Amino acid sequence: MKLPTLREIGNEAKLLLIGIPVFIWTMIPIYHMFLFAISPKEDAFSGKLWPDHPTLHNFHIVFYQEHYFLRDFWIQFWNSTVIALAAGGLTLFIATAAAFSISRLKVPGGRWVMNLALFTYFIPAAFLAVPMYRTMGNYGLLNNHWSLILAMVTIASPYAIWVLKQASDKLPVELDEAAVMDGATTLQLFRLVYLPLMMPSLVAIGTYAVLLAWNEYLYAFLLLSKDTNITLPVALGNFLAADDSPWELLMTTGFIYALPPAAVYYAFKRYMVGGLTAGAVKS
Amino acid sequence: MAITLSGDQAIPAPPLSSRLTPAQVWGIVLLAPYLLVFLAFVVYPVCYGLWLARAPANYVALYNDPIFARAAVNTLIFLVIGINIKMLIALFLSGFFAQQRTWIKWLSVIFILPWAVPSIPTILSVRFMLNPEWGVINHLIFSFTGDDGPNWLNDPTVALTMAIGVHIWKSLPFWTLILITGRLAIPHDLFEAAEVDGASWWQKFRFITWPSMQTLYVTCTLLSMIWTLGDFNSVYLLTGGGPADLTHVLSTLGIRYLRLDQLSLAMASIVVAMPLVLPLVYFMMKRLSR
Repeated sequence: MKLPTLREIGNEAKLLLIGIPVFIWTMIPIYHMFLFAISPKEDAFSGKLWPDHPTLHNFHIVFYQEHYFLRDFWIQFWNSTVIALAAGGLTLFIATAAAFSISRLKVPGGRWVMNLALFTYFIPAAFLAVPMYRTMGNYGLLNNHWSLILAMVTIASPYAIWVLKQASDKLPVELDEAAVMDGATTLQLFRLVYLPLMMPSLVAIGTYAVLLAWNEYLYAFLLLSKDTNITLPVALGNFLAADDSPWELLMTTGFIYALPPAAVYYAFKRYMVGGLTAGAVKS
Repeated sequence: MAITLSGDQAIPAPPLSSRLTPAQVWGIVLLAPYLLVFLAFVVYPVCYGLWLARAPANYVALYNDPIFARAAVNTLIFLVIGINIKMLIALFLSGFFAQQRTWIKWLSVIFILPWAVPSIPTILSVRFMLNPEWGVINHLIFSFTGDDGPNWLNDPTVALTMAIGVHIWKSLPFWTLILITGRLAIPHDLFEAAEVDGASWWQKFRFITWPSMQTLYVTCTLLSMIWTLGDFNSVYLLTGGGPADLTHVLSTLGIRYLRLDQLSLAMASIVVAMPLVLPLVYFMMKRLSR
């Protein structure tokens, strides 16, 4: 075994000098949230870095809805889940169909549609929110879950189509030609050749759309307002309405709300990194 | 293979007047769902919004509203200063994370957390840390110095800086990740050759890393600027636009007008941003649809 040279030690020290601040910077808001979640109210408000009496009681209050702000917690959790899954499924369906049509069937005008979609992708979502709010009102969908689902599909599908089109452009044309020679209809081509080959990208895009919808705050807060049909992030924002908000409960609910997307992200990281960053920015 | 087949298999491009092939019919059918969504939730709202904002009086009202002027300035500060700082840090960190070390690999897994968790709870967490009476930061300041800490979010400059900080915290991992992929694509023998020639750290960056990454870097910066225009959460949930509506950016200002039932003003404030947004969008589309 070879002893490290002075230069190597110096290098390692320099890296640590970057790594430690990066770690602290990343963890502070998350640790602070966790700290509140396990602190009784007195400890949370005393500014300690570790509570004197760590407890899981806050979780108990949230799960049993034992506070005014939390009386609809489970309904809101359910709303978030349904909306995220519906938006994910619908985006996946619309985007896969469109990408297949543009990339494999070379539908006339496909390139044009692709450019329109890309254009939408670049319009900041907060700018579209204002007219979207009014439009949903005109359609009579305000306070209906469909308004949020459709808004999320609108926002997620341009990127979804774009990534899926990039991925399907890479599949060899010979596959389609061989399948057509064997007498496959277009639908069979789609179902038996295209979908299985696109699976990794489909997982990535489905995850992307589900997380986008689960995390959305602005549209949810504009489009839904009844306590029993809002999603969790809106409920979290509503905690701020009172001056003496129970912040330890707010952080506990926030922690619970943050866990599923983090878990999904890490579970599908393999697909996410390959599927999304490749498409995200091409130089 | 394709060439040998193409003799009688290839379908000659039909003149536009002729009947569509079954594949093309399916193509249109499969494209229809997206087109419907696009028409109903993009084209219609945008046209309707433009129609609402048509009266010149809106723009006069906007021009006379000091909150709008302030929001425009804040937006520019957010974009020009905030995004460039973020991208420089991302560029720097991409070099750090490209190092082959086990502990750096683990750190990169943790580093991605801000991007993986939803922004609402973490922004609210920061908001409470900055609370002048109960927040952990002022508690620490008090226990070290015996003085009361500042009322962080009550000063518009500090509050906007904090909002930019929250934005950086949230989206830094994403851009670092993108720049890492760019860095890893640089052929390694270039660096080895430079090493042999005794190039300094700066020379390696200046003559190898930067030339191969500058297109990606500029693309990322522009894209991040466009998206940051839509960053509603960082400002709204941290400062709520306050104190005294001095920390609004264009995205929160539009929603503020909307909540005050001044829909045409809300649309006008967005239309005003278009001369800034559309060239950026056009440029990005040129780049990405190549």
